[in-house]
Amino acid sequence: MIIRIMSEGQLAVDDSMTRELNVLDGELDAALKEGDEAAFRSALGALLAKVRAVGAPLPADTLHSSDLILPPADATMREVRDLMNEDGLIPG
Amino acid sequence: MSVMKRVSMIFKAKANKALDKMEDPRETLDYSYSRQIELLTKVRRGVADVATSRKRVELQMNQLQKQQSKLDNQARQALGGGREDLAREALSRKAAVQTQLNDLQGQYASLQAEEEKLTRASQGLQAKVEAFRTQKETIKATYTAAEAQTRIGEAFSGISEEMGDVGMAVQRAQDKTAQMQARAGAIDELLASGALDDVTGPPRDDIQAELDQMSSGDVDLELEKLKGEIAGGEAPRQIEGAPGQAGQAGQAAATVQQAPSAQPPEQPSAPTPARPADQPAAGEDS
Repeated sequence: MIIRIMSEGQLAVDDSMTRELNVLDGELDAALKEGDEAAFRSALGALLAKVRAVGAPLPADTLHSSDLILPPADATMREVRDLMNEDGLIPG
Repeated sequence: MSVMKRVSMIFKAKANKALDKMEDPRETLDYSYSRQIELLTKVRRGVADVATSRKRVELQMNQLQKQQSKLDNQARQALGGGREDLAREALSRKAAVQTQLNDLQGQYASLQAEEEKLTRASQGLQAKVEAFRTQKETIKATYTAAEAQTRIGEAFSGISEEMGDVGMAVQRAQDKTAQMQARAGAIDELLASGALDDVTGPPRDDIQAELDQMSSGDVDLELEKLKGEIAGGEAPRQIEGAPGQAGQAGQAAATVQQAPSAQPPEQPSAPTPARPADQPAAGEDS
């Protein structure tokens, strides 16, 4: 599968990682729901670190859309919430 | 995959919405391409803007560093002249300048990171726009509208995802830069309006003024002593024990008598020589 880390780029990640990534994603979601800033930061950091560790960067001229998209490393909770709304941050 | 999935779904929904609007996708390839070029220009301008802000902060840091070393010199000079109070004041101002410097250093690092990020985004987008242009020409030349629809889909959503990402990066960089420019503007104003000059700048440098006065203060002190001697009072000798200066004193005494108006009226009659520079300082310390 292809995962994009926003403002970093796209990575090819083996499908076998799905379960492990799901756990980290669930923690991120829980932190967001609780509005727990510290938990949010560490969950986002852990998820991004995992994707970077297991993913292989795609060439810059690849025109594939991503299966999963992750917020940039320095995103705030508010920005992530906006990213999940249709009228959110994404221009266009 | 809650967060990851939802964010990508939003991206896809936007791309699909744009794609659905097209009657003949081949026409909109050109439209999309022109928007990509626009975005590319915007990102490059963003890089230049952030670089300008970074250089401005760098300039301010240099100015503040100069002020710091000046205050440091002033503190040494003051201490050398026995004015611990003045040295303390200079050092406390130096600390205040340091606080501002720390803030600017943080801003500088942040702008530098933003600049690198946008530069990367610009290069990535450039590569994808090139790839898109090649595919676009192939699709337009080779396929019918119906065939093109499916061919275009992937390339289009791929590029629009990139554009969404880069667009957001530019937006965030602009917001950050705007915030920092407001703060940089405030510091520029401080530097220009003399509020910081009050601390160190040449026109209203009160520490330097006092340091300068310390050397002229010696003259005043000597004059006082001489006046005391000429008046024949014994008190001045008890207070100012500087026997080596007796010879000079005799010569200067004539000057004093010729120009009495140069001295404040109360000083000649004062029982002990006034030390105007020291007295307020002693009051501040207590």
